[in-house]
Amino acid sequence: MKNSAVCLTFDKNVFQRRNSKRWREEFIKAGLFICASVSVLTTFAIVWILVSEAGAFFQDVSVIDFLFGTQWTPLLEPRSFGVLPLVCGTLLIVVGTALIALPVGLATAIYLSEYASSNIRSILKPILEILAGIPTVVYGYFALTFITPLLREVFSEVQIFNAASASIVVGIMVLPMVASLCDDTLRAVPDSLRQGAYAVGATPCEVTLGVVVPSSLSGIMAAFVLAISRAIGETMAVTLAAGASPNMTMDPFVAIQTMTAYIVQVSLGDTPAGGTAYQTIFAVSALLFVITLCMNIFSKILLRRFREVYE
Amino acid sequence: MISRNLTNRYFIARTFHWFCFAVAWIGVLILAILLFHVTREGIQWLDLQFLSDFPSRFPAKAGIHSALFGTLWLIGLTALFSVPIGIGSGIYLEEFARKNRMSRFIDLNISNLAGVPSIVYGMLGLVIFVRWFGLNQSVLAGSMTMNLLILPVIIISTREALRGVPNTIRQAAFALGATRWQTVYSHVLPAALPGILTGIILALSRAIGETAPLIMIGALTYVAFVPEGPMDDFTALPIQIFNWASRPQQEFHELAAAGILVLLFVLLLMNSIAVIIRHRLEKRSR
Repeated sequence: MKNSAVCLTFDKNVFQRRNSKRWREEFIKAGLFICASVSVLTTFAIVWILVSEAGAFFQDVSVIDFLFGTQWTPLLEPRSFGVLPLVCGTLLIVVGTALIALPVGLATAIYLSEYASSNIRSILKPILEILAGIPTVVYGYFALTFITPLLREVFSEVQIFNAASASIVVGIMVLPMVASLCDDTLRAVPDSLRQGAYAVGATPCEVTLGVVVPSSLSGIMAAFVLAISRAIGETMAVTLAAGASPNMTMDPFVAIQTMTAYIVQVSLGDTPAGGTAYQTIFAVSALLFVITLCMNIFSKILLRRFREVYE
Repeated sequence: MISRNLTNRYFIARTFHWFCFAVAWIGVLILAILLFHVTREGIQWLDLQFLSDFPSRFPAKAGIHSALFGTLWLIGLTALFSVPIGIGSGIYLEEFARKNRMSRFIDLNISNLAGVPSIVYGMLGLVIFVRWFGLNQSVLAGSMTMNLLILPVIIISTREALRGVPNTIRQAAFALGATRWQTVYSHVLPAALPGILTGIILALSRAIGETAPLIMIGALTYVAFVPEGPMDDFTALPIQIFNWASRPQQEFHELAAAGILVLLFVLLLMNSIAVIIRHRLEKRSR
């Protein structure tokens, strides 16, 4: 009798413990889920804010005027809200960045994955990581005080603020990213392809340019698109070095203004919050958000294509 | 591209090799030039007075006291928010979530968030934390914005670290009757800790250097006091550097260079701490 009673109480304890364990488990799981939902909420908040604030702006200014207007003077009379000069400025930076970062990044990646010994890799890769970790405002300073004076010595017509200097530093900034992403894709190409090419008598250069690079092309393109998206969103270097004059020009030596630099200019200035002039920053960042999002998604699609082939 | 002449082909191959070799060192060269240039410009201003003075209109009296402490406050508070939330999300997605539509959606979401320009996070912080929550230009508003900015980085690196823990460890714990949380907490997490910590330090280093979101939420450039609580106004090192660099006078450019030296030193310090912690933990877990 006594024994079974002990057994009973013991069993009860086990049940209680199991129950409380389960409760604790569910509780922790719920807490972790809340943590994970923060990021979803962030996305919704970004979209909601941009839509609602930019929506208020588009009640005053038509979308057509905004997207296709060629005059951007929202802070001065007569006001004009055509965003094309800002887009043009950003485009100029992107072209300059692409001209520098893509070839240099790809060649660096080719060297790292196809030629470098593991010793040299272990030196080069950390250095590139350091380059990637330097804050963007430092690059802005570097452009303004080193690259611009250098450009002005070589070309006499360069203005103090110019797109060329800014796009050179943005190119340097995204170079490590291009190099490391391309390096990853090149290394993912199976060795059997290389060996096959060597077996039919190709030189290392022919193996790389004729076999390895073409077969990882979608991965390389994904890296390029991602780099360009970074260049579009880059803020501090272009604010410091490229100037604040929205120009419809493709001349890299004159001052321009990018979308991001405009947003900074307004938030540093004393434009009163709430008016149409102030709401332009939400319209511009909505445009910025949509462009970078599209490019990131495009890059992901390219990368998936690459993975489907090799992984 | 393929010529019939073998000598020619070998010549091209050698040239290409040397070309790639030369280009690969461009990054290193640029880093060296950058560091040399900043040091040459800024070293003469770098003394104890520079660290203990507040910003000033006069270059000789200007310092980074408030900016340095503002940055420390900012990073401390950011870490307070982002470390638990980031690790928690990582654990949920990697260890708890079923592979269904919901978790795929969160997944996609996080990788897209990682690509959103930092200035857009600034807009988010401006509307939500500064205006709705009424936090004004406080350190708290700044660090909450930074928190959202670096969360994707922490989550992604946490998940990678967790994925690197062999499944046998989980199965052994389950076989002994441990619950999922017990397994994660006492076995998987310790094994993944070096990787997670590296990710956190990398993310925080990014937060230290970020300028644009802080400018958006309206962090001030002239602050002549050290923040004493999370609701105080603040300035930060990158903002101070930006402010000095955007002035036309040569002296202020040199001050900016001195500020950059301090900023880079803080980054270097954090990264070496990361390396040391990582090394210790890896040794212990072996």
